[in-house]
Amino acid sequence: MNTTVVAQLQRQFQDYIVSLYQQGFLDNQFSELRKLQDEGTPDFVSEVVSLFFDDCSKLIDTMSRSLERPDNVDFKQVDSGVHQLKGSSSSVGARRVKNVCISFKECCHVQNREGCLRCLQQVDYEYKMLKTKLQDLFNLEQQILQAGGTIPQVDIN
Amino acid sequence: MATKSTGGTEKTKSTEVKKKLNVLIVDDDPLNRRLHEMIIKTIGGISQTAKNGEEAVILHRGGASFDLILMDKEMPERDGVSTTKKLREMKVTSMIVGVTSLADQEEERKAFMEAGLNHCLEKPLTKAKILPLINHLVGA
Repeated sequence: MNTTVVAQLQRQFQDYIVSLYQQGFLDNQFSELRKLQDEGTPDFVSEVVSLFFDDCSKLIDTMSRSLERPDNVDFKQVDSGVHQLKGSSSSVGARRVKNVCISFKECCHVQNREGCLRCLQQVDYEYKMLKTKLQDLFNLEQQILQAGGTIPQVDIN
Repeated sequence: MATKSTGGTEKTKSTEVKKKLNVLIVDDDPLNRRLHEMIIKTIGGISQTAKNGEEAVILHRGGASFDLILMDKEMPERDGVSTTKKLREMKVTSMIVGVTSLADQEEERKAFMEAGLNHCLEKPLTKAKILPLINHLVGA
């Protein structure tokens, strides 16, 4: 094990994860997920995050179809989708996605189709951005493990 | 279809069998089912999951019993309120903990409690939120 390489990777990992919190991509719930992961379930966080991204993709698709026709928008259905997405994003600590969902819900309640479309675009952007960021984070984890190191616990508070 | 995670009983040094907490997780969201499963596992419990309230009722009709039921509110087939009412009608005495979201109105939460819940917790569930209830249940 090259301890210098491991130390560098671990620092990179710590800096990167702190930046994700500071930039608002993640909140404390993500820390809670990481605390639940152990040696017996090393893929727990990536598994849960993967379920979240599956949720995002399906719900965004459904909501997009619901918002397609200006004269026939089922705002109740859109609201239901946003509600689910807000719940999922809360469960994984996807803070930016959750915050967009809050605005999205308001647009649904006042039946503002244009507002809903803007929020849909924003939520799509945010979840894809987060997906890329977390993939980079998991890649860093793999590099640390392959170099013979351990994943550092990062205290965000 | 309901699923069961690994677990069971374990023997202490005095050969006395120590029963693990047996939990039913009722939630239509696979993400929440996985998260709650993991929380229960880290607390030392065993869990089974049901995708909606109807599955939970069917499990109980088949003779299953649990120490604790984590009940989501919004579910297809049969929601949390209806499921809780039904289970209490069936004389299920498990601790039933409702899991609600912040967006739920006070009246909705009240109706959920009145259906027969012992407690109500807000999503997202964490170990810290659930541990006091578990401790109360096992008499710690």
